[in-house]
Amino acid sequence: MSVEAPSLSLPRLRGRGDPNDRYLSDGEKSPNLAPSPAKRGRVGVGVLIAFLLLFPLTAHAVTPGERLADPALEARARAITTELRCLVCQNQSIDDSDASLAKDLRVLVREKLKEGMSDAEVREFIHSRYGDFVLLRPPVKPGTLLLWAAPLIALLAGAAAIWMAARRRAGFPATPAKALSEEERARLKTLGVSDLERPKS
Amino acid sequence: MIVETGHYALVLALALALAQFAIPFIGARLNDAALMRVARPAAITQFLFIALSYGALTYAHVVSDFSLVNVIENSHSLKPFIYKISGVWGNHEGSMLLWVLVLSLCGALIAIFSTSMADRLRADALAVQGLLGAAFLLFILLTSNPFARVAPAPWEGRDLNPILQDPGLAIHPPLLYLGYVGFSIVFSFAAAALIGGRIDAGWARVIRPWTLFAWIALTLGIAMGSYWAYYTLGWGGFWFWDPVENASLMPWIAGTALVHSAAVMEKREALKVWTIFLAILAFSLSLLGTFLVRSGVLTSVHAFASDPDRGVFILAILVFFIGGALALFALRAGALPVGGLFSPISREGALVLNNLLLSACCATVVVGTLYPLALEAITGEKISVGAPFFNTVLIPIALPLAMLMPIGQMLSWKRGDLTAALQRLRIAFVVGVVATAAFGARYGTPFLSIVAAGVAVYLFVGALSDLVLRARGRSGLPSFKRLAGLPLSAFGTSIAHAGMGLTLLGLAATGWGVETIVAMKPAGFYDVGPYQIGIDSVSPRQGPNYSEVYAVMAVRKDGVTLATIEPAKRFYQARRMARSEAGIVTLGLGQVYAAIGESHEDGTIDARLYWKPLVTLIWIGALVMAFGGGLSLADRRLRIGVARRAATPALEPAE
Repeated sequence: MSVEAPSLSLPRLRGRGDPNDRYLSDGEKSPNLAPSPAKRGRVGVGVLIAFLLLFPLTAHAVTPGERLADPALEARARAITTELRCLVCQNQSIDDSDASLAKDLRVLVREKLKEGMSDAEVREFIHSRYGDFVLLRPPVKPGTLLLWAAPLIALLAGAAAIWMAARRRAGFPATPAKALSEEERARLKTLGVSDLERPKS
Repeated sequence: MIVETGHYALVLALALALAQFAIPFIGARLNDAALMRVARPAAITQFLFIALSYGALTYAHVVSDFSLVNVIENSHSLKPFIYKISGVWGNHEGSMLLWVLVLSLCGALIAIFSTSMADRLRADALAVQGLLGAAFLLFILLTSNPFARVAPAPWEGRDLNPILQDPGLAIHPPLLYLGYVGFSIVFSFAAAALIGGRIDAGWARVIRPWTLFAWIALTLGIAMGSYWAYYTLGWGGFWFWDPVENASLMPWIAGTALVHSAAVMEKREALKVWTIFLAILAFSLSLLGTFLVRSGVLTSVHAFASDPDRGVFILAILVFFIGGALALFALRAGALPVGGLFSPISREGALVLNNLLLSACCATVVVGTLYPLALEAITGEKISVGAPFFNTVLIPIALPLAMLMPIGQMLSWKRGDLTAALQRLRIAFVVGVVATAAFGARYGTPFLSIVAAGVAVYLFVGALSDLVLRARGRSGLPSFKRLAGLPLSAFGTSIAHAGMGLTLLGLAATGWGVETIVAMKPAGFYDVGPYQIGIDSVSPRQGPNYSEVYAVMAVRKDGVTLATIEPAKRFYQARRMARSEAGIVTLGLGQVYAAIGESHEDGTIDARLYWKPLVTLIWIGALVMAFGGGLSLADRRLRIGVARRAATPALEPAE
């Protein structure tokens, strides 16, 4: 093959436009991923396209060689790795990422499963080593209560607002006082009125 | 010289934007028609100058003028022509220029098409639009100048990021910006109405087409971006709950709520205060998204703090406009008269519930996106809020909302009959239950996919059955003539809702995808769902500014070759970066998706092979939704003519 395949292990494509980066070749830049504060440039691309930039080209997140022979065990491993964050990526699970650290973690998860750890034990093992940041599903604790409660708070606050707005106009009847009788209806029909709407208040 | 002309045009546009703000605004206060009339030519000229400036930057990219920093960093002389054009917005400075181009286009559209409204409302709206334009033009000129030169100019540019060298870049950003920034029109009208102190059904009639227009563009833009991610990123993911994606989802949800509440306001004069609030919110969330993406705050709170000029500038714009609009809202909203009354069980009531659920979704996305930033800024703690969180909390809100959609359609205005509405949906219920059972029997798991697919089918049938029921004549049978006589907006609602059903079905079906990760041998065939995939050849090939290795794969079923696909791995020389090209073939509504990786010495090649049943429905549904929106828009346009006579007197200032 004339094209010798370059290593496809790509660093996360980072935002561009940082003057510090400007005259470096890409090879000099960031083969590794823990971004130094100076290198964390602005996200230099369109709002829309930027999210593409924020994902590395992970043609090969999980490689065939990593996979476990036992399909049940492999399925468990996948379920765990999709909820663990690639620590050096923008917002990616280790299952999707091809950063070398993500690969190490995938292998680690599989080893621990092979050793007979339960799913929860493996998660706890990784969590204890890397902290909350590694969990894409944030743990419920005092610092995240507001986050987890946000949907409920929004719903309750909205419902309360609607209830108050309804009460404010409680002075007005919300429904017509009395439905028309058949007789009145028939008379209206003879008058050629088909729409029974009340006049606008 | 052309570049300098473009730069100068941008400065002139800033001056025009300031004039567009100040003169009509003062005119509206003094009730001076001559001053107010300045707004329209100013808005149109501002757009022309920004278009000139944008054209100059495009010219510099097309001729590969490497004396411009922006061109050096994002272009290459060998880059294909189409990417020289779309590459203009594939970077920070250029995309901000596109942002103001679309903003000024919106101003020009108001100036050209809003002939039927009171002068004062239009003058105020264009003044707000002018102020927005001035703020962002100032931002570009002071912090993000795309026309900056460098000497000596290098011989060659650094090329555009390979991921962006894709037709997706040509379509996705302009559409998304049209949506994002399109909400500025609604925002300006809301601010103008609050300044003028008059808000009525006529105002709702004015903003509805603009809301729909922005919503359609945003729907298409998000769908396009999602499909682009799907085929580019190599493993078939299409939505990642990344903050940058959430930035586009937040205004979409708010805009969806606005489309619905504006309908209530237009028909029934109810929900005025809420509609105004949503009009402000939708664009505020667009601004928030711009801030999140442009300031660097997403990468890290510290990156923002250490290099703050752009971030602080956008934050100031954000605070000024959102704060100003909300302050105006707080001052004026209380004085708005209570509108039409309705019972809880009615079309209005259902739309209120719709808005409640949508708002809860929107709040959740906002909180989930900002929470890690806030927590880190306050306590230094770092947490991740990823897809598992959003899926867990949003699905319990989204599924009931989907259940509610056809019911709301069946209820009448003012006072509805829930039992009758449910009865009219009985066919949809039955079909939904049968579908759930069928999916359950076919796939077995996952439970959530089966339930969601059942709801999706119910939603699709329920949304369309409204049309059929309304087309029923005395005989009880639907007649084509009656169907043709229904207003376009009735078709719009039903079709848009049915589109949501299709998208939901596509999303549910992701749970039934099949993945095979394997080192493929040259002669072997590998099972992927109902299909078998084998490699015919692997060879190198040279593209204009890249080289690639591509595999020719045959997709077979029962020994018959149905299609060949060519997944490839590209290497872009200028940036020394690689990207994968997925090989995709659509079979029915599903897709076979293949991506290749390392080749090994024993002749095998690593590959990820997928069968994704019904996956195209995700995007087809979005197209159908946008089409439904378009039908409603066409209907509204007719209505504007009607409103022209009725609404204009109502909107006159009450001196």
